Amino acid sequence: MAGQPTPESLDLLEKLVAALIRRGITSEAAIAAKIASTDRASPETGARMVARAWVDPAYRALLLRDGSAAAEAMGVTMAGQPPLGVLEDTEALHHLVVCTLCSCYPRAVIGYPPHWYKSAAYRARAVREPRAVLAEFGTVLPAGMQVRVVDSTADFRWMVLPARPAGTEGWDEARLAAIVQRDHLVGVSLPHAA
Amino acid sequence: MTLEPGAKVRVRDAWPERHAPMHIRTPHYLRGRQGVVARHLGTFANPEAIAFGRVGEPRDLYHVVFDQPSVWGEGAAGDTLMVELFEHWLEEA
Repeated sequence: MAGQPTPESLDLLEKLVAALIRRGITSEAAIAAKIASTDRASPETGARMVARAWVDPAYRALLLRDGSAAAEAMGVTMAGQPPLGVLEDTEALHHLVVCTLCSCYPRAVIGYPPHWYKSAAYRARAVREPRAVLAEFGTVLPAGMQVRVVDSTADFRWMVLPARPAGTEGWDEARLAAIVQRDHLVGVSLPHAA
Repeated sequence: MTLEPGAKVRVRDAWPERHAPMHIRTPHYLRGRQGVVARHLGTFANPEAIAFGRVGEPRDLYHVVFDQPSVWGEGAAGDTLMVELFEHWLEEA
């Protein structure tokens, strides 16, 4: 899987694309648009969704009910994307997202997954010893907080809505969005007022 | 069969991949395990068929919660796993 594509694989790709275009299944423009939207996707989108949910109860309700619609409301094109589900952390429950079978990840709203998310070590350990994995990310949960590991095995993609950190009272949406990072959106670490 | 939230289920203790090439979205570590339905997520084409270019018949997909320490024999009491599972992998428990 890793490494540079071989000349043979590039040749095969070129022939496959040509065949799909010839049959009207796709077009150069459609492929270019898909690459552009994939490249545009970044954790800033997920961060803006989280920040809005922290200040706007109606948006928070939409986000938890229908993550795809909440992403669309932020200008993300979700057509052709897997449905997005959003899981809300509380004072008693922390969510950690993994895909043990492959590397399912909410790319539409976070962008490309980091290398470690796709590693065999993370995928095997997150379900078995989630608290040890969290500790390695520097995340120590308050006493009494339960961990719920979300194994992303099928058609949905999952994002975490972290709890709004203490010390952010009165902050506006932009300032809140600036403290939400990629790792918070899959639950390996927690946002802090900084 | 539509399972309601709170329904107790057991993941089928089946290993069809031992007998034929398969594409299965049910993790090994849950086969035979008991869990509780959190919610019905929708209906999706059966990935076990579409992976082989066949028509994927619609199947109900559920979010099911499992006690995490009892699956692994280690861990913190109260921690859970929540996993998407298709109806044909679930039995009433």
